Amino acid sequence: MVDVAIQPNRATRTGTRRRTSLRNALKRKSTAAFLMTLPLIILVAVLVIYPAFYSLHLAMLNKSMQRYVGLSNFTFLFTRETFWLVVKQSCIFAITAVIFKALIGFIVAHFVHNIPAKGQRKWRGMLLVPWVIPPAMSTLGWLWLFDPSYSAFNYTLSFFGIGPIPWTGDANWARFSVILVNVWYGMPFFMIMYLASLKSVPDQLYEAAAIDGANWWQRIWYVTLPMMRNIIAITTLFSLIVTFANFDIVRILTAGGPIDKTHIFATWAFKLGIESSDIPLGASVSLFMVPILAVAAIFILRDVNKRGNES
Amino acid sequence: MSKTLSRRQFVAATAAGSAVLISSPYIRTAYAAGKLTMGFWDHWVPGANNTCTALVNEWAEKEKVEVSIDYITSQGNKNLLTIAAEAQAKSGHDILAMPTWWPHAYADNIEPVNDIMEPLIKLNGDVNNTVKYLGKQGDKWLAVPATVGSQIKGPCSRIDLMKKLANIDVQAMYPAGSEPKADEWTNENFLKAAEACHKGGFPFGIGLGETTDSVDTAGAFFQSFGADLVDAKGNVTVKTDAVRQALDFYKRLMAFLPPDVTAWDDASNNKWLVSGRGALIMNPPSAWAVAKRDAPQIAEQCWTHGMPKGPKGRFAPFLPFLWTIWSFSKNKAAAKSLLVHLSQPDSVAKLVQASGGYDLPSFANLTKLKTWAEEGPPKGTLFSYPDPYHLQTLSIAASPAPPKIAQQIYAQATITKMCVRHFQGEPMEKTLSWAESECEGFMRS
Repeated sequence: MVDVAIQPNRATRTGTRRRTSLRNALKRKSTAAFLMTLPLIILVAVLVIYPAFYSLHLAMLNKSMQRYVGLSNFTFLFTRETFWLVVKQSCIFAITAVIFKALIGFIVAHFVHNIPAKGQRKWRGMLLVPWVIPPAMSTLGWLWLFDPSYSAFNYTLSFFGIGPIPWTGDANWARFSVILVNVWYGMPFFMIMYLASLKSVPDQLYEAAAIDGANWWQRIWYVTLPMMRNIIAITTLFSLIVTFANFDIVRILTAGGPIDKTHIFATWAFKLGIESSDIPLGASVSLFMVPILAVAAIFILRDVNKRGNES
Repeated sequence: MSKTLSRRQFVAATAAGSAVLISSPYIRTAYAAGKLTMGFWDHWVPGANNTCTALVNEWAEKEKVEVSIDYITSQGNKNLLTIAAEAQAKSGHDILAMPTWWPHAYADNIEPVNDIMEPLIKLNGDVNNTVKYLGKQGDKWLAVPATVGSQIKGPCSRIDLMKKLANIDVQAMYPAGSEPKADEWTNENFLKAAEACHKGGFPFGIGLGETTDSVDTAGAFFQSFGADLVDAKGNVTVKTDAVRQALDFYKRLMAFLPPDVTAWDDASNNKWLVSGRGALIMNPPSAWAVAKRDAPQIAEQCWTHGMPKGPKGRFAPFLPFLWTIWSFSKNKAAAKSLLVHLSQPDSVAKLVQASGGYDLPSFANLTKLKTWAEEGPPKGTLFSYPDPYHLQTLSIAASPAPPKIAQQIYAQATITKMCVRHFQGEPMEKTLSWAESECEGFMRS
């Protein structure tokens, strides 16, 4: 009955209430934050989410892209010898490269950390150079150094009676070469992250450790590493994702050869999808990185969260 | 004051308007026949694109068409990415230059060109079987063979080194201006020459990587033994004596090649010749052209000629570019008209001239243009390049397998991988089993 009684003014009141609630919503900090991040959300949706679902769609089509075949492309890949070779190589490539990047980055970060503040900026800048040059460009430089017939490395080694080494012609040397270039390119990222992390370790902890009689190794093991654990985990995860998805270094240096022995997921996906005009199979190969990286991400992030909660 | 339009007034006004439009004189504007966009292969020869542009503009002026040309490089496979993207988007250029296998790969999106190919064949002579294999699907012509970018990858030998080390006079064998005397130029003698040049310190530079130069050469040699991995009907025919013979031939040949050939790409053989380290490479005249600029003393000793003969004939690797029209093109009539213009004998001669003899027309009557006879030094070095006496079978590696299967064999370099595996010590039968399994995997549709 009350509703009926106020019915004539209902539209006006509802309109006023809507305007008020809209004004209130706009005043809220969260709304403003949402609106400010909206362009980025749209960008991510257009450039990441749409292509991701589109590649999923492509991976479920037949070779001529006219028929939906479900997961047939994936099951087909399981039967291919080259696919398992690529899985093995992608793992060798990514894991070896990340371990060496982390190790060398950690050591170099310590060296740089111990340089007096005055000269440190210069060293930091120089050590970052490999990371800031576009990898396609720097890999071309490496290609000339490794050139099958005119390698500058072999020329130098010849003075010591060594070589010639088939840098890109022999399977094992070719794997070594692509990993080496990846480590050279990615190490500065680890170095700069670890350096930032080292600078945030309170000096008091080292002083306390020194009073307790800890030697250099014990200070690293019981102070530095526990304090850097989260940054090591995040950096490793990030680098693992980027290294697994690497394309340019292998493509330029060996193009997957010799006899497929350096192909990784991205280069083989390109070979199948673009060079062999089998886009669905190429998309399927590239999607195989997702579950592998997802598992790695779950483990590493779970560990980071756990320690976050503990602290 | 409001004024309403009655139904009668509306009908009368529309009729009057239509009458005025119909009776008005047709004013032909500068671009009355619409627009046409094209993506052509970006030529590596300086100035070659300009000749192509001039020919297109000449046609556009006459036909009143607004044209826009993009020269798309094949460096980094940019042209392949463009083809894939346009086919996906169903939008892009009206005409696109596609390499070898791509017209078949995108046949469903391509406008048939029977109506222009048949008159062009009448005008310029028949096209070779490789063009038919790559450019035709059943009775449907998918493409017009492009002069620009089409090439034969035959031997380019050093006159002096072949004479000195292998006792072969390549100029006498393939004389400029007259028919070759190459009966003795067989696979076995090729092998002997390779051995002699290897011993002499100037090995033949034949790649065994996964790029086209390596695959093309291996493909031609395999075909000269009659060794097909998959036959025309799509049956896997890897485990045959012909394939075994070809593999054995390559194993013997590889012993006389530089040790790093498994890592060679398409630039490696060019560098091998230009640096003066080798007596023979398999390439179109691009290496010679670079030598002419950078190492004239080497260029003066280069002679391009035919392939050696195997048990099943003399096969030369031929890689055509093909001009295609997308089925979603908005100006197909203009596109066809332009392709006819670019395939006229005069236009072809200009394109060949602009490329310094590199570009090859696929039509039988256009293989004796004066450019090939006159280019030098040494004069006549390119005379035999277009196979003027039609003594070779122009072929592409992995044919005669159905093109969609052959493309997989070709792109994944199955043939060169077989050679490398066997050379590196894998038993013949194991290599054949591997190749058979690969070919079976290529059958998916």
